[in-house]
Amino acid sequence: MSAPIAVHSLWTVAASSTTQTIPTPHIEYAQLSPMLVVFGAAALGILAEAFLPRRNRYWAQVGIAMAGLIGAFVAIVVLAAKGYAGANAHLAAMGAVAVDGPSLFLQGTIALVAIVAVLGFAERHLEPRSSTGAPVDAFAPQAATVPGSDAEKSAARSGFATTEVFPLTMFAVGGMLLFPAASDLLTMFVALEVFSLPLYLLCALARRRRLLSQEAAVKYFLLGAFSSAFFLFGLALIYGYAGTVSLGGIADVVSGTATPTPALANTTANDALLLIGLAMLGVGLLFKVGAVPFHAWTPDVYQGAPTPVTGFMAAATKVAAFGALLRLLYAAFPGVTWDWRPVLWGVAILTMVVGAIIAVTQTDVKRLLAYSSIAHAGFILTGVIAMNKAGVSAVLFYLGAYSFVTLGAFAVVTLVRDAGGEATHLSRWAGLGRRSPLVAATFALFLLAFAGIPLTSGFAGKFAVFQAAASSGATPLVIVGVLSSAVAAFFYIRVIVLMFFSDPRPDGPTVAVPSAFTATAIALGVLVTLGLGILPQYFLHLADQASVFVR
Amino acid sequence: MSSFPLLTVAAALPAVGAVLTAALPAATSAKRRDVNKVLPLGVSVLTLVLAAIVAIRFKPGGARYQMTEYHSWISDFGIGYSLGVDGIAVVLILLTAVLVPVVMLASWHDADPVANDAGTFERNRRTQGFFALILAVEAMVVLSFEATDVFLFYVFFEAMLIPMYFLIGGFGDRTVGEDARQRSYAAVKFLLYNLLGGLIMLAAVIGLYVITAKQGIGTDGHGTFDLGTITQALASGKLHFSPVAEKALFLGFMFAFAVKAPLWPLHTWLPNAMGEATPGVAVLITAVVDKVGTYAMLRFCLQLFPDASKTFGPAILVLSLIGIIYGALLAVGQKDIKRLIAYASISHFGFIIMGIFAMTSQGQAGATLYMVNHGISTAALLLVAGFLMSRRGSRLIADYGGVQKVAPVLAGTFMIGGLATLSLPGLAPFVSEFLVLVGTFTRYPAIGIIATIGIVLAALYVLVLYQRTMTGPVKPEVAGFRDLHARELVVVTPLIALLLFLGVYPRPIADIVNPAVRDTMSDVHRTDPAPAHPITAAQVAAANSQGGGQ
Repeated sequence: MSAPIAVHSLWTVAASSTTQTIPTPHIEYAQLSPMLVVFGAAALGILAEAFLPRRNRYWAQVGIAMAGLIGAFVAIVVLAAKGYAGANAHLAAMGAVAVDGPSLFLQGTIALVAIVAVLGFAERHLEPRSSTGAPVDAFAPQAATVPGSDAEKSAARSGFATTEVFPLTMFAVGGMLLFPAASDLLTMFVALEVFSLPLYLLCALARRRRLLSQEAAVKYFLLGAFSSAFFLFGLALIYGYAGTVSLGGIADVVSGTATPTPALANTTANDALLLIGLAMLGVGLLFKVGAVPFHAWTPDVYQGAPTPVTGFMAAATKVAAFGALLRLLYAAFPGVTWDWRPVLWGVAILTMVVGAIIAVTQTDVKRLLAYSSIAHAGFILTGVIAMNKAGVSAVLFYLGAYSFVTLGAFAVVTLVRDAGGEATHLSRWAGLGRRSPLVAATFALFLLAFAGIPLTSGFAGKFAVFQAAASSGATPLVIVGVLSSAVAAFFYIRVIVLMFFSDPRPDGPTVAVPSAFTATAIALGVLVTLGLGILPQYFLHLADQASVFVR
Repeated sequence: MSSFPLLTVAAALPAVGAVLTAALPAATSAKRRDVNKVLPLGVSVLTLVLAAIVAIRFKPGGARYQMTEYHSWISDFGIGYSLGVDGIAVVLILLTAVLVPVVMLASWHDADPVANDAGTFERNRRTQGFFALILAVEAMVVLSFEATDVFLFYVFFEAMLIPMYFLIGGFGDRTVGEDARQRSYAAVKFLLYNLLGGLIMLAAVIGLYVITAKQGIGTDGHGTFDLGTITQALASGKLHFSPVAEKALFLGFMFAFAVKAPLWPLHTWLPNAMGEATPGVAVLITAVVDKVGTYAMLRFCLQLFPDASKTFGPAILVLSLIGIIYGALLAVGQKDIKRLIAYASISHFGFIIMGIFAMTSQGQAGATLYMVNHGISTAALLLVAGFLMSRRGSRLIADYGGVQKVAPVLAGTFMIGGLATLSLPGLAPFVSEFLVLVGTFTRYPAIGIIATIGIVLAALYVLVLYQRTMTGPVKPEVAGFRDLHARELVVVTPLIALLLFLGVYPRPIADIVNPAVRDTMSDVHRTDPAPAHPITAAQVAAANSQGGGQ
């Protein structure tokens, strides 16, 4: 499929197809290849799960997942190199999937994030080996066993492992790749469900503190289902308003340039439907990014989920969901900017302030990072609100920078352990800098990047979104952002103080020596954090070039 | 003009030195530890040599910014790696380069492991970590003096907080045996104050960028951070700030610099930080890092926002006046030697800021000289005080008495440091304090007169400190004091030599500084008020040397 494909998009065909025939779907397989490769790997993983003997599954699954993700990333790079991120951007698969700059940029980010996350999932050196001597990972030996039951104990003794996490992750990644690229609301909804459902399951799979993990999964599932319902209801209303689910079509109706479908002549251009529908779509997406007031699930889920999953979720979900939010607002609803912008202003301010202030009182490192992720969602929203090209590229950059810091930080959390598993209570981290200076220094670097100290990627990202917001006239937002950054800096620094300036406790946790998997993940996190901090130009430029939506 | 990147090398040398020092094999014995200290000391001496070359190559009266370097860095935001020095920057770089080796030598044993340290890292790596952090601070301070790009400056202005924070919090004054809680409180307070200042400045930096971008100052639609480009655009009228925007941006920048400097009422972190840090680190805070704040007022606030500087000038003068008197009054009342010196510094920073915002050439030349002289005199006083405290293990003035009978050299050097602090004629700080007062008086006579109270109070706190610690009956705990030994003498001698030399002959520095001050004055469209009888530093020196001869 190397021949250049003519600019062909079926939403134009759809517009002219008033004849009663249903056209054969025209699918540009090459342009969808990143997703197809990942879904293929996921399906292959299920087959492997079914047919391979237990002892071979781990390596097979890791291999399939890594091959799938790397293949997807290569496909994305090839597509970008062919100009789909710029001049050749267009809508594939009958207008359902946009292959454009933001899509490819975010898909590339998600693929890289997933590669690093899978490295973390594959870690088997941290937990003590089972009684049979088999190395075990961070996941429940057999998810179906009741926590604390004999069945669970015997599963643990025999060294079972839930290698299903790899295909589940691949399905989630596939959905995430599709989510920010979805160019009609139905595809977007399907993608949302495809990546959410495996995540609910992954959250429930912690090896330790299984009840907490299952509780987290139930909360996430219930609230997630609720927000999906919101999204779906909003979708229906918008369809009633526009008579189409394609983002470009909606934008045309909003701007009044499209002729309405006769069947919906009574409801088309009914502003009540538009505004309520948009608000409901917004609720669904803001839930996924963890913006206040839809953030309540974040701390519990982040705390309960197995830490590698938390890292993956915190990084990749945010990238995918913000990508979808950007596309929705920029491609479908630019015509009603004046209506949604004040609301998002409020949401952004609330998110930054509430995230930063509540984080100050946290005593558990995973909950702390959860609230920090809420505050960061607020910072990213300031870039979304900018409603200009600089805003898009700033958000893209921020997402790339933030996700690697997050992955690295959660990977470090998996290392600090005591007899009961990970020692996540902050008081247990006291004096870590004196016992294990390298681990503490790495974590301190990630915290400084979260705090937005210059020469880290966090600073470059923050600068980018704030300058985009300021240039769009949202100066008050920037000031609130700067002040909540100062509050946020306080709790990041408190952790650094604790690690370096407190005396270690005699019964304090030890730092487990990870395998090459986690070590690579952390090293990549450090590299990206410093690289994007010191030399952000290339990546900024890339984000800038990738900041035009096709619709 | 050769294209050798002298300024980059002068900053990169300590940076590389810091990395190398941190990477040295861990010291397992006292001897190995000394070897690990020699490398950073050598690097800092080499940096001094480079700084001296910069000063020699600098041609006063030549181009405003010399030895410039430019590389594109983040072109999407109009950010360049652009360096250049004017006279003000040259003398401050020189000051930094002189003080760092002195501080290292004075702190030779401050970071040695103590018995109760946990873990082998503590025992073996701590010391080299301390010296590596000092070098890191030096690199960042030098770069922020050299930066002629607002963003580049901001990056190092902020980033230097991190090594500084670890120096304060991680290596507090262990000789005193107070609990670590105080120290980490001081470190966090230092960091939060300065970080808040920095973040507010970030908002202003972004605002500046957006305005330059909107008015098309940068290339292809981007804004710019290049100081030269912005000042030129301002002068030619191509760039115009609305009055509200200019005031807001000025306040954003000034807030950060006023925290760093520190200006009353944003000073409260300084006594904590200086009280809990080792004497060497305290010198680094007050004599080196804080100078970046006052330097930045002169460099960025005045140049970028001339009108707002004029509008807010009087208000800032009043704040600095309050700082002068408030700091001095609190210094009189201190029981703790280091906190006394900290409050004295707050008073002195009041003088520096007053000199800057008096908007006269004497005032600004005086302020620049003041930065240098305050650096040297405070270093002398604090380091000798540190030697004194290391002998007794207490910071309280009341624990000393009669030291001059057992350790006359220590007492004598302490006296000279003290006299310099109170600006005795014949010692360097006199020249600058006099210039600042004259410069302020010519424009704001009332403020100039009230500020002289600060001098009287300075005499009080310095002499009472000396009297209580050095004179009187010899306390039993003091009786066994050793006088200054060789290393301590090596630390003190250059500082005292500089104080005496610059006291009678400030000309070399004044000559470098004066053209830069003239340029800054013309940026703010200010001329000295008529009837001006400009008193140059040279005249003061002449008067000074006569006075000294009597």
